[in-house]
Amino acid sequence: MNRELDSIDRAILNRYQGGFPICERPYQAAAEIIGISESELIRRLERMLEQKQLSRFGPMYHAERLGGGLSLCAMRIPEEQYDQVTEQVNAFPEVAHNYARDHAFNMWFVLATETPERIGSVLEEIERRTGFRVYNMPKLQEFFIGLKFEV
Amino acid sequence: MVLNEQDYRLIAEIQGGLPLTSHPYAEIGERIGLDEKTVIQRIDAMLESGIIKRLGIVVRHHELGYTANAMVVWDVPDERLNEVGEKLGALDCITLCYQRPRRLPDWPYNLFCMIHGQEREKVLAYIDRLVGSEGLADIPHKVLFSGRRFKQRGARYQ
Repeated sequence: MNRELDSIDRAILNRYQGGFPICERPYQAAAEIIGISESELIRRLERMLEQKQLSRFGPMYHAERLGGGLSLCAMRIPEEQYDQVTEQVNAFPEVAHNYARDHAFNMWFVLATETPERIGSVLEEIERRTGFRVYNMPKLQEFFIGLKFEV
Repeated sequence: MVLNEQDYRLIAEIQGGLPLTSHPYAEIGERIGLDEKTVIQRIDAMLESGIIKRLGIVVRHHELGYTANAMVVWDVPDERLNEVGEKLGALDCITLCYQRPRRLPDWPYNLFCMIHGQEREKVLAYIDRLVGSEGLADIPHKVLFSGRRFKQRGARYQ
């Protein structure tokens, strides 16, 4: 059972999702703002990583600016074939997230490829292997950026 | 900014996370043959130019109790798209708001936003309230909650 987050953990999470000091001793700088020691901050981050409350402590890249392709894709899969198609889809290394959702369009995944041109060929390959249509829904415009969870 | 070969090595080296040691940038530099100062400068430049969107804590919302993860999709008339997108994007609870293509006739929705909440009922009540308060009653929408999560990892860069 995970240890509950205390008020210091919450302060760390709320303060450092948006950015982190870039200097020689960033943990010391960050810890000072929270009012704890460098070693305590590191210990708390290690614990939250271990308990999987954090997925990582690092960069979130802008895939397109790195030269890669990124798209959200959806499929309509009959319930009795869902598990099998999930396995086929997840076998592609370009599939980064795959969520089931409660709708006729019940499979939603993100494709991340090394080049934008690769998106189309991976989609075709998924269609060929599964026998179902893949609906490609790339981002056309972004109205808000940031994903921040107040805890 | 133009990325050089060293930058790509740096990108690959830190993608899984920064080391939790008192001089993390020096440690990364040691692994790829750069000094601490250069690592700091290049990361700074990548943040500045938007190649790194954010550097910091990436939370696992599910493990933090945000288990009701709703994708709300809207069929917005093209002439109202910017107005509605900006309105929704400005709301606290909405964490992403994108225009995506319709796929007619199967999929009429062109605006997608994400709401993460701790309970389905509360998320649904919140959506009902915002439809009223933002004047969106005449815009068809659907709420798609996520069920099983089969795969979650960031994109990998070599």
